[in-house]
Amino acid sequence: MIKLEHVSKAYQAGVPALNDVNLEIEEGEFVFVVGDSGSGKSTLIKLLLKELEPTEGTITINNKDLKKIRRKQIPKFRRNIGVVFQDFRLLKDRNVYDNVAFAQKVVGETNAHIKKRVPQMLSMVGLAAKYRSFPKQLSGGEQQRVAIARALVNEPKILMADEPTGNLDNNNAWEIMKLLEEINEKGTTVVVVTHNLEIVKVMKKRVITIKKGVVVSDSKDGDYSEN
Amino acid sequence: MFSLASIATMAACIFMFGLFYVIVSNFTSMVKDAEEGVAVTVFFDEGISDEQIQQIGDQIRSRAEVAKCDYLSADEAWENFKKVYFEGHEDLAEGFAQDNPLANSASYQIYLNDVSMQESLVTYLQSLDGVREVNQSEAVANTLTDFNKLIGYVSAGIILILLGVAVFLISNTVTVGISVRREEIAIMKLIGATDFLVRAPFIVEGIVIGLVGAAIPLVLLYFMYDRIIIYISQKFSFIGSMMNFISTKTVFHTLIPVALLLGVGIGFFGSMITIRKHLKV
Repeated sequence: MIKLEHVSKAYQAGVPALNDVNLEIEEGEFVFVVGDSGSGKSTLIKLLLKELEPTEGTITINNKDLKKIRRKQIPKFRRNIGVVFQDFRLLKDRNVYDNVAFAQKVVGETNAHIKKRVPQMLSMVGLAAKYRSFPKQLSGGEQQRVAIARALVNEPKILMADEPTGNLDNNNAWEIMKLLEEINEKGTTVVVVTHNLEIVKVMKKRVITIKKGVVVSDSKDGDYSEN
Repeated sequence: MFSLASIATMAACIFMFGLFYVIVSNFTSMVKDAEEGVAVTVFFDEGISDEQIQQIGDQIRSRAEVAKCDYLSADEAWENFKKVYFEGHEDLAEGFAQDNPLANSASYQIYLNDVSMQESLVTYLQSLDGVREVNQSEAVANTLTDFNKLIGYVSAGIILILLGVAVFLISNTVTVGISVRREEIAIMKLIGATDFLVRAPFIVEGIVIGLVGAAIPLVLLYFMYDRIIIYISQKFSFIGSMMNFISTKTVFHTLIPVALLLGVGIGFFGSMITIRKHLKV
């Protein structure tokens, strides 16, 4: 589903943010990507979203070589990938319902479809009762749930979460991870970039460790490289 | 708030444009009136036959720049002369009753569509067989042509400056809009919004500013125009008698679509330029 072959990215010549990365993520997998800040995790996400172009190598998602996707086709490509960020990135002047509906409007869904689909998503993330609340009236965990509902409302095949628990307390972090696991169990491929190693250890999923732009380990069952 | 300021300045620009248009079109109309009063007079060789005169008349009328070509016989010319110079002393003119002093003064009075064509017409007329003399009021023709040109240049200059100012303003508004909504734009892009969807609100904003900015001065000018004409005619009867003002309907028949199009155009281009510069989708 996601394949990186000899992928390197350098923002400045000779200083690679990612260096010769090779990895493959199968459909339906749950994968953690761990590493210190500046290790190249966010660069990886940006490359997968085609926000950045690799300096070298090939990235294939859903059997499509990202290099061959023309600029005009990028929006359509991104609709297959849901994204969640540490800072939630919700629209502060819109309520919960409108934030989720916004993603559907952007892809041109009909009002009738939106009215049916948005409440379903809000129920799934446990926020049906708070659909009229504004982001500032919600806790961090709740805001991240809204962001997840928005990322999934268009039924993408892949969900990428960049430090989804970074701004949350322990309880909320666990609830979000459980939610992501449920989503994965329903068939969505989930890629979580995090530095919360406690969660990584307990969840026993595949872990890819990146250090200074290089993949230093790729293991099953929550093992990660500490060096 | 910023778009309100933009609309206000846009309105001021279009108001200036409208005002200028009204003045220019009234001047143009005045020049046109004056042009119609400028005539070229063609006199014939002595002993020319009526048939030949008729033929010359046909040749003149076939020219595109000729609006009107009137024949003035020698008798009519004498009658006109008497009216002007012997008014009140008609008995003095009676001495010439049997001997028209203007016997060779039959002529064509030619009126032009476009006074700038006068010189070429005169050259043509002088080349015709049977034509003895061509009289023209060169000074008037040249002055009117120059005046027309001047109005054209000045209006083009002012319109260009206004256009520049308006595009700059719209561009500023859209730039502010883009920076205020940077987060929303980033989210839209991540969700998979097309370029069109990301850009459309800013283009619509520009067009709306242009439209509203054009509509306000049009309404103002519409209600002001009649009042100003009446005011000028009453207070400055000298100007009133000198020129015929164009009717409100005639002025606004052209001004409304032109100003609205201008507003929409400025709005569209102002926002387009800015989007291309600041909004990398």
